[in-house]
Amino acid sequence: MLNLNISSSPKPTAFTEDKLWDLIVVGGGPGGLNGALYAKRKGLDVGIIAKDIGGQLLNTTDVDNYLGYTMIEGEALSHKFHDHLKHLEVPIHQDKTVKSLQKNNQDFTLTLSDGNTLRAKTVLIATGGVPRKLGIPGEKEFSNKGVSYCTTCDAPFFKDKHVVVAGGGNSAAEAILDLAQWASKITVVHRSQWRADQVLLDKIHALDNVTIHLESQLKEVFGHNVMRGVKAYDKVNDKDFIVETDGLFIEIGNIPNSELIASLVETNDAGEVIVNPNQQTSLKGLYAAGDVTAQPHKQIIISTAEGAKAALSINQYLNNDYILKENNNV
Amino acid sequence: MSKLLPDDVKEQIRQILSTMQNPIKILYFSENEGNCQTCSETKELLSAIEGINDKVTLIEKDRNTDKEDAEKYGITMAPSFVLLDDNETYKGVKFNGIPAGHEINSFISALLEMAGTPIEIDEATKKRIAAIKNKVNIKVFITLSCPHCPGAVQNAHRLSMLNDNIEGEMIEAQTFQAISQKYDVSGVPKIVINDKHELVGNQPLETILDQIEAL
Repeated sequence: MLNLNISSSPKPTAFTEDKLWDLIVVGGGPGGLNGALYAKRKGLDVGIIAKDIGGQLLNTTDVDNYLGYTMIEGEALSHKFHDHLKHLEVPIHQDKTVKSLQKNNQDFTLTLSDGNTLRAKTVLIATGGVPRKLGIPGEKEFSNKGVSYCTTCDAPFFKDKHVVVAGGGNSAAEAILDLAQWASKITVVHRSQWRADQVLLDKIHALDNVTIHLESQLKEVFGHNVMRGVKAYDKVNDKDFIVETDGLFIEIGNIPNSELIASLVETNDAGEVIVNPNQQTSLKGLYAAGDVTAQPHKQIIISTAEGAKAALSINQYLNNDYILKENNNV
Repeated sequence: MSKLLPDDVKEQIRQILSTMQNPIKILYFSENEGNCQTCSETKELLSAIEGINDKVTLIEKDRNTDKEDAEKYGITMAPSFVLLDDNETYKGVKFNGIPAGHEINSFISALLEMAGTPIEIDEATKKRIAAIKNKVNIKVFITLSCPHCPGAVQNAHRLSMLNDNIEGEMIEAQTFQAISQKYDVSGVPKIVINDKHELVGNQPLETILDQIEAL
């Protein structure tokens, strides 16, 4: 099987022109891509700066809760999104990240990882998140020596082995189902009750090699050179227990990638960007969508919808506030 | 062939490769003796690519019987292949194992750049790469289901194309389990520089360069 992801279209040269963009979208996941799509259809001069196309979708093996698809691979869905944007000829600057963002008067200056700068009237931050870590002793030491944050990448190393999955949400549930094809035994350790969808739980309960410890907190990863096991605390029975295991897959949610704008806008305690119902941040002209925002439900369809909302609000802002202010300045 | 390269993917690859500028060679080493798990499908993929674009020439060798060539290009496992530019020069771009799954992307990208497509790296970084005087070997361990791996392989290959002292090799971890175990690979991409310095994850090119400069 081949997962071809290269575009045959010429590399965008739009990003080397010295111009003032209507909108620069930062991030190539569902929120950023859909934001750019809606903006383009409104006639805005929009470009995307993206480390990759698909974002966290690429870490998802199967998607079965996106309306219109009973089941589609995460990457295949990202290809469909990408194709849609290529069809609309939205320029995408791939393999690039934004190092810094500044607001000067009304407009924004973005400095990219390659040192180039872009100027834009508005910016949409859709930078998603990175996997949250447990923060327990041994986790860092045995990272990639048994501890993994990417099931689709690393599951093959655990063929016929015993693995532990930390987490109880949909990502954890999907990791369990992915790992079930490789591992001989899976032990789930989760600090509270399941949050995953019932359809996924039904599949997990049908497996005969899964042991589940709810209300149990992981305390330590131990081993010598490679990990040998985990220590956990059973909250209900108030006692520690040990699971001897070859691998630990950590699926406990995400940390928002809000570093770029954290000092410019309001964020909550978790570092998520606070936006109003129009996806606008506390800084005028700067919008955010998807997992980087404080909305609690991290879902593909919600991120895409937020991208759309942001683009429509940006269009309104450019037509009303932005021009009005510019006229006032004259 | 239909199994590996469906018609729509083949057509996509044909379009992408149509921008190839110079002729290149793929020097492919199989292994008739022993138990080569993925030799036949690797050859199938490479033959299909040769059939798609006439700037690609596939040359097949056996790593046991064509010992001189195997030694010249440092071939220690099979399937394994290297790319040669239009002067038949080996620039250090090597693939150990089949670049299928997600890894088709690093393969296509290496073909294009070996055939003269400019490498998109800023001038300051290119200068840093050109200044490396030590011999550097970069191993990038991958799995075919890893979406973050092609970027790491592409970085290693770009470094090798921009400096003759650097060799970049992809190693498909499931096919080559013994070598993966030797390097304690249980998470990918894993980048190993000169057999001892390790980086985990798809690190930016600059980070790999920092590590090389610190050798």
